[in-house]
Amino acid sequence: MDLDFTAAEDAFRAEARAWLAAHVPRAPLPSLETAEGFAAHREWERTLAAGRWSAVSWPEEFGGRGASLTQWLIFEEEYHAAGAPGRVAQNGICLLAPALFAYGTAGQRARVLPPTASGEVIWAQAWSEPEAGSDLASLRSTAVRTRDGWRLSGQKTWSSRAAFADRAFGLFRSDPDGTDPDLRHRGLTYLMFPLDADGVTVRPVGRLDGKPAFAEVFLDDVLVPDEDVVGEPGQGWRVAMSTAGDERGLTLRSPGRFTAAAERLVRLWRERADPADTALRDRVADAVIGARAYRLSAYATASRLAAGGSVGAEASLNKVFWSELDLALHETALDLLGPFGELSDTAAEAPGHGRWAEGHTFALAGPIYAGTNEIQRDIVAERLLGLPKGRR
Amino acid sequence: MRFLPDAEQREFARSLDGMLAESHTPGVVRAWAGGDHGPGRALWARLADAGVLALAVPEKHGGLGPLPVELTVACTELGRHAVPGPLAESVAAAALLARLDSPRAFSWLSRIAAGTALVSLCAPAGGSPYALDPDTADAVFVVDGDTVRLAREHGPLQPSADPARRLARPVGGAVLARGPEATAAAAHAVDVAALATAAQALGLGRALLARTVEHVRRRTQFGVAVGSFQAVKHRLADTLLALEFAQPLLSAAALALQAGDPAAGAAIAAAKVTAGEAAHTAARTALHLHGALGYTEEFDLSLWIRKARPLRDAWGTPAVCRARVLAAGAPG
Repeated sequence: MDLDFTAAEDAFRAEARAWLAAHVPRAPLPSLETAEGFAAHREWERTLAAGRWSAVSWPEEFGGRGASLTQWLIFEEEYHAAGAPGRVAQNGICLLAPALFAYGTAGQRARVLPPTASGEVIWAQAWSEPEAGSDLASLRSTAVRTRDGWRLSGQKTWSSRAAFADRAFGLFRSDPDGTDPDLRHRGLTYLMFPLDADGVTVRPVGRLDGKPAFAEVFLDDVLVPDEDVVGEPGQGWRVAMSTAGDERGLTLRSPGRFTAAAERLVRLWRERADPADTALRDRVADAVIGARAYRLSAYATASRLAAGGSVGAEASLNKVFWSELDLALHETALDLLGPFGELSDTAAEAPGHGRWAEGHTFALAGPIYAGTNEIQRDIVAERLLGLPKGRR
Repeated sequence: MRFLPDAEQREFARSLDGMLAESHTPGVVRAWAGGDHGPGRALWARLADAGVLALAVPEKHGGLGPLPVELTVACTELGRHAVPGPLAESVAAAALLARLDSPRAFSWLSRIAAGTALVSLCAPAGGSPYALDPDTADAVFVVDGDTVRLAREHGPLQPSADPARRLARPVGGAVLARGPEATAAAAHAVDVAALATAAQALGLGRALLARTVEHVRRRTQFGVAVGSFQAVKHRLADTLLALEFAQPLLSAAALALQAGDPAAGAAIAAAKVTAGEAAHTAARTALHLHGALGYTEEFDLSLWIRKARPLRDAWGTPAVCRARVLAAGAPG
């Protein structure tokens, strides 16, 4: 058993660190949940892509570096330690691309991946519907066959990034008989569509702090060509679930993000805390320990995968862990800030350029998206502990 | 990087688990708690034969170690089976004695490794004025400031919440070593004790979870298994979560100790508080999900439940561990 990096991994880390030191913007970008910030973050994606750092896990032919999971973890540690901006292109790079690698055609990969890597096309997710949240398989939006493609109708909601994104991917019901409770996972088709197509109406929805972080997407007879179906028609559930584990697990929220945040929290604590306040001290320590545990757990996962193992329902443990860690860490930061903890990230005097406030708002959503933590706990109990299925 | 136990370590764990499962430890624990150490000492002899007690003793003194990774593997299995006796104290005493430049200290090492001497350790720096199981130990070593003593006798037994932990204050005794070297050796010993205790807690927590999962699958109320209720499932999911994220901290702490990393103490503290809290929560969950059954002394689960809190607090309370993590600086 060891925790040693190879010489090649050390060199990879050094290269990433040097590039980031030279390129990360000195001042934080405006919030990516605003039009101005979205554009600035898209520009940053272009810079990343020019350095071939936007999608390190992808094969080289699509602009990646063919990075192993361990190299990706290293890159993420360096990325967040450098204080680099949030990733506006994450939906496309971490969710759509793995589906295309697993189920897409060569033509789709050649057409879709390069502009996704460069930030030219930013993707939104289109899973949830007003009546289909945790129970995603009850979704009702339809895809009806036309002569040379599909006609989409229905309503998607809580679509992350959709207020400003270019395209979206999601699930549609292509077999109307599939509403039978026993058959509803069948007859779903995974489709990509442009958000500026005829028949698409995007209504931005403000999140808790008012920023349009997501949107409702109304589809009214939107025509989509066959080439934008990912995987086989009717097999969309399987395609979507193949990447659900990625989202819940490591690739959505890398350990480097929390390690860097915990380091900033410790600095904040040293600057601001009353040393006699041991209750607060304990919470800071727990954030540090939690970030460390998540990082080490990721290295154990990388080792297991390298040894031929696989990751299944364990991704659900990860999702609960990082989302609760993120929230606890930011709650602790706001508590350390005392009267400044209530300042919005837009306040001129917001500590840390508003980063703690924005991070806290973002963290509040963690237990909900990518499958609520209640659903994840059900999955853990049923698939990892073998407890009987019951009513949700 | 291969941050996983290797085949040999996995096999070592499996063989200890198998041996302990056949040893019917609940009976051994109850006898020990009642002052009958015979079955427990016999079990310790078998553990010594399996090499467990040689893991903290250097090779030149008749041991196999120091092998902190293997030590955590073994202590996890002993914790899983609630093995009674001064386990963390023995391995920590070995780590202490091996660092004292004293032939008298060295003379104990080969006996500890072989299992012919069962020893305990009391270091107020570790948080407690009591020695564990001094009434059966062949020697109780005491760290007091910069002095290491071999206790002459012990005071009256103070019953613990876990009856299998027999506590008393060590009294008097001859000085074995004194000075900065003894102070450094004692600090190292406290780290080893904390690591071993964390590993025991993790194993204990895993056993509590496994037993509780088994129970809620079988126990029916309202016509269905109680394990099908979401409130029950979620407590067990949280218990697994806490244990799973303690494991890598424990492994990393063992590696840090093995490498002589200056941050090993902080890594051990992180593992100790996390494994200790996870086991403590597992015990609470096990107690409550067993219902009134879990509240009875005669049910064997009590042997595990009552050990959780003492293990969480021994050799570094959660508060002490958390302070130590921050004293060491930024995470890594």
